[in-house]
Amino acid sequence: MNNRVKIDFLSVSENEGFARIAAAAFVSQLNPTLEELDDIKTAVSEAVTNAIIHGYENRGGTVTLLMEIEEKCVKIQVIDKGRGIDDIKKAMQPLYTSKPDLERSGMGFTVMESFMDSLEVSSETGKGTKVLMTKRIM
Amino acid sequence: MHLTFKKTGQTLVVSMAGELDHHNAVNVREEIDRRFSTSNAKNLVFNLQKLAFMDSSGLGILIGRYKTVSAMGGKTAIAAPSLLTRRLIELAGVHRIIPIYETAQEAVGGVA
Ligand SMILES: Nc1ncnc2c1ncn2[C@@H]1O[C@H](COP(=O)(O)OP(=O)(O)OP(=O)(O)O)[C@@H](O)[C@H]1O
Ligand SMILES: [Mg+2]
Repeated sequence: MNNRVKIDFLSVSENEGFARIAAAAFVSQLNPTLEELDDIKTAVSEAVTNAIIHGYENRGGTVTLLMEIEEKCVKIQVIDKGRGIDDIKKAMQPLYTSKPDLERSGMGFTVMESFMDSLEVSSETGKGTKVLMTKRIM
Repeated sequence: MHLTFKKTGQTLVVSMAGELDHHNAVNVREEIDRRFSTSNAKNLVFNLQKLAFMDSSGLGILIGRYKTVSAMGGKTAIAAPSLLTRRLIELAGVHRIIPIYETAQEAVGGVA
């Protein structure tokens, strides 16, 4: 089966829960286990939260959630046109956060990496960030 | 997100119900901090039995409270996390600073 949806939403924190539910609803056509659904909801929550608090730094902007299904594999992209990441390698290290004052734990990328099968981050300073994650539903 | 508080001896138990994400984090943090300081409790237990979802924003809340409580000589503990929440906590190594118990009652006993 192949399928695709694209959702653009405003970068406000109310939409974190919305994005999780949208992802769960889209993926449910593959009959995932509850654990697989939890993994995907958590990873999407991390990427969308990052776009809102780091990408747009709580200012208005558009976050794009692009989800595709190819056979038994789900591919999810979270895209922002915010400030971008200067040093992706450093940003992806466990426990690294640029906002310790906000009680961030620096675990978002590590969570995405371990709850999904693959994670790719591309970014350009001043232009924005794209997070691409895939997971095979067994 | 819904919080309920109960004091047992020197320990305040906060029971969380709902979804703990960045959207809810500020209110949760402020309410726990306010209730903890007015309760005169020494220790803090997070009862996660009814928590349906948590992401790294929740980890930030747990670690932040651990820091303030332990700075004042108290102890913190986590009770009854779901499978998902437990995986998250263990991935971040948070269980090494905030011990996990199966029930709120055991957690209260553990910090006493
Ligand atoms: N969309 C983004 N735009 C700009 N910077 C980003 C973006 N996503 C992540 N970053 C940068 O990468 C760092 C690490 O992100 P990560 O999600 O791992 O941790 P965090 O968000 O700081 O903390 P946590 O996710 O545990 O609450 C962030 O602190 C931020 O500097
Ligand atoms: Mg993050």
